[in-house]
Amino acid sequence: MTTTYLAQYLFTGLLPLALFGYLLGRRKIRSQQDPNARYKASENLFGWFAVSKMLMPAVLISFIGSVLDLFDLVEVPWPMLAAAALLLGAGSVWLALKAIRPSLRVRTALEKTITRILLVASLISILTTIGIVMSIVFEAVHFFRIVNFWDFLTGTTWNPDAATIDDDGNIQPLFGSVPLFAGTFMITAIAMCVAIPVGLLSAICMSEYASLAVRRVAKPALEILAGIPTVVYGFFAAITVSPLIVSLADKVGISADYTNALSPGLVMGIMIIPLVSSLSDDVISSVPQSLREGSLALGAYPSETIKQVVLPAALPGIVSACLLAVSRAVGETMIVVMAAGLQPNLSWNPLVGMTTVNVRIVDALTGDQAFDSPETLSAFGLGLVLLVLTLCLNIVSLTVIRKFRQRYE
Amino acid sequence: MSMPIDPRSLRKRKNKESQFKALSYIAIAVAGIFLVVFFADIIRQGYTAFMQTEIRTTVAFSQSIFDDPRSALDRKLIPLVSRGVTRILPMQLRENPQLLGTTSEVWVLANAEVDQYIKGKPNRLKPKEIALVDELVAEGSIKKAFNIGFFTNGDSKLAEMAGILSAAVGTLYLLGITFLFSFPAGVMAAIYLEEFAPDNRLMHIVEVNINNLAAIPSILFGLLGLAIFINFMGLPRSSALVGGLTLALMTLPVIIISTRAAIRAIPDSIREGALALGATHWQVVWDHILPLSLPGILTGTIIGLARAIGETAPLLIIGMVAYIQDMPRGLTSAATVLPAQIYVWSSESIRAFTERTSAGIIVLLILLLSMNAMAILLRNKYERKW
Repeated sequence: MTTTYLAQYLFTGLLPLALFGYLLGRRKIRSQQDPNARYKASENLFGWFAVSKMLMPAVLISFIGSVLDLFDLVEVPWPMLAAAALLLGAGSVWLALKAIRPSLRVRTALEKTITRILLVASLISILTTIGIVMSIVFEAVHFFRIVNFWDFLTGTTWNPDAATIDDDGNIQPLFGSVPLFAGTFMITAIAMCVAIPVGLLSAICMSEYASLAVRRVAKPALEILAGIPTVVYGFFAAITVSPLIVSLADKVGISADYTNALSPGLVMGIMIIPLVSSLSDDVISSVPQSLREGSLALGAYPSETIKQVVLPAALPGIVSACLLAVSRAVGETMIVVMAAGLQPNLSWNPLVGMTTVNVRIVDALTGDQAFDSPETLSAFGLGLVLLVLTLCLNIVSLTVIRKFRQRYE
Repeated sequence: MSMPIDPRSLRKRKNKESQFKALSYIAIAVAGIFLVVFFADIIRQGYTAFMQTEIRTTVAFSQSIFDDPRSALDRKLIPLVSRGVTRILPMQLRENPQLLGTTSEVWVLANAEVDQYIKGKPNRLKPKEIALVDELVAEGSIKKAFNIGFFTNGDSKLAEMAGILSAAVGTLYLLGITFLFSFPAGVMAAIYLEEFAPDNRLMHIVEVNINNLAAIPSILFGLLGLAIFINFMGLPRSSALVGGLTLALMTLPVIIISTRAAIRAIPDSIREGALALGATHWQVVWDHILPLSLPGILTGTIIGLARAIGETAPLLIIGMVAYIQDMPRGLTSAATVLPAQIYVWSSESIRAFTERTSAGIIVLLILLLSMNAMAILLRNKYERKW
């Protein structure tokens, strides 16, 4: 069990050694300093100096050892690794103690170590991105070895269970992703029809019209809307909105499925309102006041000022807010898993059941197929397309918004 | 020279102005109305789950209870009583052997169908059973009591026995692990980027990358967790550790971004004052920047954590959404969390689970809203304008 090993190693090996190094470092400097001197170096810093010198090599060798072990390059026995790390740590303590004397610039040395640790922490985010890309690409490559990439992108039938027999007599499931993307785009489009007008108008209201009292109520309300978990929105869409839409459609005389695309789309739109409104609020507030005043001084109404001066000036920022909203809608999972259907359907009618990319990813990975079955792997193929799509949207939108900020700074 | 003013066009413009203003207020009203309708709907569906129907019956504690627990109950009540009771009665006797041979009057849990009938909701009771239930109600042998089991039981296939305890404990585990990994790393990264980072290409990439990571769909973090933590590193599936690590990676950019904003709000005069007195850069950070920006950092962290523990999609991918009855016994044992429990209940076909789902949602929302309220209070109390 690796976690118990890790805990043992940490609590019986590394931490006592660090404490030992700290105390020794302090003792060493105390013995060398004149106790009656007016200016003395801080003893604690020398203790920390010994600890920092000791931890670096010990942690480094344990890290390298575990990485080698994980990649199956070398079978590293745990006790050996721990012993090596502790020995190295003890050696470093000894070296550090030898270096300790009152003239040592201990703050500078410590500063260097700390900066290095902080640098490592800031690189974690890069590692995460690399991790996401690698984990998806590796499995997606497996998938595209089985399924032709072009067929995957342009095929119009998604049917991983049922088998058709191809010319060679092999049984082949069908992985055409077009209906899944059609579902995703349909639901995203519906969501945007709700989120962009409502979000943008409420941002305008908050920054241009609303009194302080209204803002004090509306802002927390929007924050609450943003804080509701997606699984709750999904439940609301499935249990309350879908039956409502079905019965409304019935009254008008149209038939609608319970898993229609409209209800997850509407609820998702509501969910994204706070995102659009807070981003556009920022953007609209950063348009310089002088522009507004100039327009008002010429006799324009506030609404004319907003439509003809403020919005055009804020347009790049608003566009990028909308792109981020699209990216959020495309990536949203729980609402569609709970309220949209499982049946791929290529249709323009929002009242029929549709499935989306994310529903299929979840379905493939929560089923009971073997991990290397094409259906499970298809999740990573879909994940790859989702990743590329959202990455492009995010990068374009973040670049535009940065350029926009620079313009008015 | 003056231009003639057409009063009609002026009136038209004025009308347009008031229309636009009304429209913008309507937009805010839409969000507000949704919020009200939404909360009303969830509470309407869920509040009944906090009461549970119980039936009074006499139980004869005899040796035969171990072989056939149903023999202890009144025969005609058996179709109305929860099947869970037949498991509880022998357990009770085993724990209190002095009960053997006694007969006592106890309130036992009714099954979900009786419960739904008493609450006036659709149910599948047969007409004969309905008559019996009505008779019991008339003689006062049926009551609704506060549903303690909802807070002290784990998940169950029997709706009347299902509770949120194991999910709540799992959520606490995940909260702890996520905080432990994402808070130090996030604050350290933010300090580096704001105070120490050189202005070079690598740092530019890191910065773009953090903003981008904050906008990546959460389901992709699930794929990362599945491929790296489970398949590659061999950590156990469904465990709190894997879930916590995945959520920590997801929360990291949120914490970095809010910490950077908090650090940036501190004026340079503080830094320059300390530096002028001979402090090193790290001493400035540790003694001045961190204490001053702590309220802002904590606010961002709490909001990030609240978002993380409401998250379901990545946990779905790494297998934390399953039928898990017991509390997690360690970091590596299978665990479930509140949103996952809500998802599992919402896909149950038995109708009695719907009210449990809504009740679970109420509990989750109370938890998340109080976390957010805490963050806002923190911000209002300690925020300083420089």
